[in-house]
Amino acid sequence: MSIIKLKNIYTPYCLKNINIEIESGELIVILGSSGAGKSTLLNVISGLNEYSGNVYYNNKNMDKVPTEERNIGYLMQDVHLFPHMKVFDNVAFGLKVRKYSRNIIREKVEKMLYLLKIINIKNRYPKDLSGGEKQRVGLARALIAEPKILLLDEPLSSLDPRNSTEIRDELFKLHKHLNLTTIFVTHNFSQAKALADRIIIISDGKLIHYGSAVDIFDKPNKKIESFIKVSNL
Amino acid sequence: MKIKFKENNMISVVPIAVFIIIWQILGYAAQTPLFPTPVKVVFEFFNLLKNGVLISSLLASLWRVVVGLVLGSIAGIITGILMGSNKIFEKSLQPILSILYPIPTLGWLPLLILWIGINNKLPITLIFICAFFPVTYNTLTGIKEVKEEYIKSAKVLGASSKYTLKEVIIPMALPNIFSGLRQESGMVWRTVIAAEMFAVPSGIGSLLINAESLIRVDVIMVCLGVLSIMCLSFHRGFLWLENKMIGEWR
Repeated sequence: MSIIKLKNIYTPYCLKNINIEIESGELIVILGSSGAGKSTLLNVISGLNEYSGNVYYNNKNMDKVPTEERNIGYLMQDVHLFPHMKVFDNVAFGLKVRKYSRNIIREKVEKMLYLLKIINIKNRYPKDLSGGEKQRVGLARALIAEPKILLLDEPLSSLDPRNSTEIRDELFKLHKHLNLTTIFVTHNFSQAKALADRIIIISDGKLIHYGSAVDIFDKPNKKIESFIKVSNL
Repeated sequence: MKIKFKENNMISVVPIAVFIIIWQILGYAAQTPLFPTPVKVVFEFFNLLKNGVLISSLLASLWRVVVGLVLGSIAGIITGILMGSNKIFEKSLQPILSILYPIPTLGWLPLLILWIGINNKLPITLIFICAFFPVTYNTLTGIKEVKEEYIKSAKVLGASSKYTLKEVIIPMALPNIFSGLRQESGMVWRTVIAAEMFAVPSGIGSLLINAESLIRVDVIMVCLGVLSIMCLSFHRGFLWLENKMIGEWR
């Protein structure tokens, strides 16, 4: 059964007639050049962007459901940790909103911090964190309310190669361990190849490919070949 | 490290010492009540302290400043938050504030004398006006400067608009709010002194104007010294509070 279904999605100035169905537990990578509409697509799924068409989670129409009630994990491109909160409070934010008791918050947050190997920095402010640590904290914050869907907008783009590979592997493990449905935006082919169950390619707001990684890397058709050439991916 | 600290202290103490010595020499040479020596000023300071005039004047001014500043700041912060979080509120209030804000605070004095009369409420109202407008604008700017992405992040994490305002937007606007408060910490003292000089027969301003009519330059200099200390203390006080509240994460 599809966990996310997008039907005839249009957004002002960007997406044009996007139709996608994503199965539960899949890891989908969205590829496309800058300005193609990759982030807009994530914003449509999360309800942050205006759109026409329909978005379904588990066959339930979400068009009228506001972002704050959709319970999705979303790690935005620049993470945007709240600068006035320590790591612990940043991660606890989603639980405090849901009015969990103090003890449960402490227990869940510490468990998540251990899982992401950042328990040692729980009392630091975001300004004192490295790029990799910020990504891990952002990921912990996105996952703390146990969402079933995780949206990642170029989470590795600002990291050095070593950190990037490390966090990529970590993400893959988390995706399996927490049984998430993950949508991962990137413009990096090697990341896509390493992670994806299926790949979406968007160009100028249009869906030009939705299929397995093999279709793209091993037997690309002319459309994909020309996209790769033009996008310089 | 210690040596460097001592050197820095010396750099700031030496010019003051030189200034006082030159002042003492010039004052001694001039031999006129219009230019008293620092020794005479210090003597007068203790004299005013002993007879209670300085303390009662300072307390009268301080009370007005604190009440006016606290009320004006609270009203300014609330108005700024309302304007920053509600477009209708912002659009309705913006034109009125744009007209009233440029009026110099002391320009209100004649009108307020007629409306309120000459009593304690007059300088308090002036200080209220003095603090209200800048604090409102700084709060509004602080709220507007919070990046949309932080608000979106809070939404995705399940926060309502009200919760986001309370837990994300207002704390992130605090640096701007404090900057407004610090700016006004000196202005409110200037305002209270002017009000007391021209309209209220008590406080440091009143002591200053009385000293002027009696040609007591030594008393004037004592008052100016006290004012300088008060302005500096208020500025440092807000700086301390700012560091205490947001210094760790900024």
